[in-house]
Amino acid sequence: MAAGDFFRTLQIASPADFAKSKVQSVQEYIMLAAQSVANLFRRPLYVADMIQQADLIGFGSLPIVLAAVFFTGAALALNSATTLSRFGATTVIGQLVSIGIVRELGPVLAGLVVAGRNASGMASELGSMIVTEQIDAMRALGTDPLKKLVTPRVVSTVVMMFFLTILGDLMGLIGGGFVAGLLLGMDAHEYWSNAWQTLVFSDVFMGLFKPVVFGFIIATIGCYYGLTTKGGTQGVGRATTEAVVASMILIIAVDVFVTRLLMVLLGT
Amino acid sequence: MSTPPLQLESRQLVTQEPAKDAIVFENVYLAFEEKVVLDGISFRLPRGETKALFGVAGSGKSTILKLAMGLIRADSGHIYTLGQDVTRMREEELFELRRQVGIVFQESALFDSLTVRDNVAFRLMDEGAATPEEIDRRVREALCFVELEHTMSMFPSELSGGMRRRVGIARAIISEPSTLLYDSPTGGLDPVTSNTIIELIVKQRDVTKASSLLVTHRLQDAFTMATHCFDPQAKQMKPLPPGARTEVPMAFLILRDGKVIFDGDLHELAATTDEYIREYIS
Repeated sequence: MAAGDFFRTLQIASPADFAKSKVQSVQEYIMLAAQSVANLFRRPLYVADMIQQADLIGFGSLPIVLAAVFFTGAALALNSATTLSRFGATTVIGQLVSIGIVRELGPVLAGLVVAGRNASGMASELGSMIVTEQIDAMRALGTDPLKKLVTPRVVSTVVMMFFLTILGDLMGLIGGGFVAGLLLGMDAHEYWSNAWQTLVFSDVFMGLFKPVVFGFIIATIGCYYGLTTKGGTQGVGRATTEAVVASMILIIAVDVFVTRLLMVLLGT
Repeated sequence: MSTPPLQLESRQLVTQEPAKDAIVFENVYLAFEEKVVLDGISFRLPRGETKALFGVAGSGKSTILKLAMGLIRADSGHIYTLGQDVTRMREEELFELRRQVGIVFQESALFDSLTVRDNVAFRLMDEGAATPEEIDRRVREALCFVELEHTMSMFPSELSGGMRRRVGIARAIISEPSTLLYDSPTGGLDPVTSNTIIELIVKQRDVTKASSLLVTHRLQDAFTMATHCFDPQAKQMKPLPPGARTEVPMAFLILRDGKVIFDGDLHELAATTDEYIREYIS
């Protein structure tokens, strides 16, 4: 019995078939991601859809992003105070919170929150459209679903992630200042001037470049899983879960590489 | 049903001038994984004709409609839609061709986040050529044709199954395509609603003389279409006298095991001696 027949008998994918399917998935994802960018230079541009998505993604995610980063800033200040107090260095809390939030925690947390909320939404919406033949109907009516559905979501998520991160960073600093002032008795002026002065161009650039990358990941992953949904409503549920998991893991993994790349490029 | 498939004459096969026909299939083969769906089928839909497709579930009827639009790709063979070989066209090139063909999906496939007005106007809004006033006028015209002008601001979830089918027809006809594809337009509907849908299709056929492919499980729908015409004065369907039925450009295509086993008009169908077909239509 050939190896392929053996696995078929057991109704499981052979290692070769499994590897082929994964490689094909990666290929299809890269093509969708590339197409979503290429469509920006082709007509028509669905600006109204971009604005609508920006509203849903940006304003819709704002409260949860602000809350998440606020409490993370507060927790960061609390935890760092415990360690810094051993060295009598609690005055640097502002610097520590500022660098931690702006360079890393702000973008990553905003990315994870938006991934959980919007990658799932995109996957479920597009997946539902696939199983109810709405995507086929769109193609039959002469409209390119990638231009109409994917590119607006990618553009909106990238732009909104940028602004959400800025606002999230501010809330993170406020959270840290809240703890520093109320619980640690630190002077607010000292906290804020330290937080502000410690930031250099590379910190801010890193903190604002990452959300652009994360926004691209969230939208392309969400749309990819949505458009490749199979298996009816059960498939939609599966696609939704996989989109969230994949986008979150990719954000955390890509964060390491982007951080290292920017550190090399910016000489920090 | 043990009689082997009837082998057809070549009269309906390869045409030298695909542009004369609305749709031409030439030796089209398609398999999904190991299951052969279409095994070298060939047929043509002349301009102005309505062809009803029959076959058991899974025989490839809906697949033929999707192939004609280029929504799925055949494994081999050629498909000419309005004179263009869709098997050789890229997806970007197919969008322009699809604007000239209307399709009504089995479950309507209306966009559930858009109102009826936006659903019907979708193609016009995407083209961007018409003003909002012109779009509204044409939407009202299309909805009036299917007798649903009062549903413009409603959403698909607020409509019954029959109403959704009619909105699907309005969406397909708004751009006045020369060819229409219907995928089980009466599937799952009660007899009264089904009759309403068939009357609309007959009306569309007789008023615009569009070519159409109709996938259906209901023989009575196709027989109704072959024996009735639309009376514009009375604004309803009326039966044709037996002598006038040959004037209706209507044909029947029956699929079995991925092959075409019958392609002819009503009289040829009634006169066939093939046991499988006689049992199918009885």
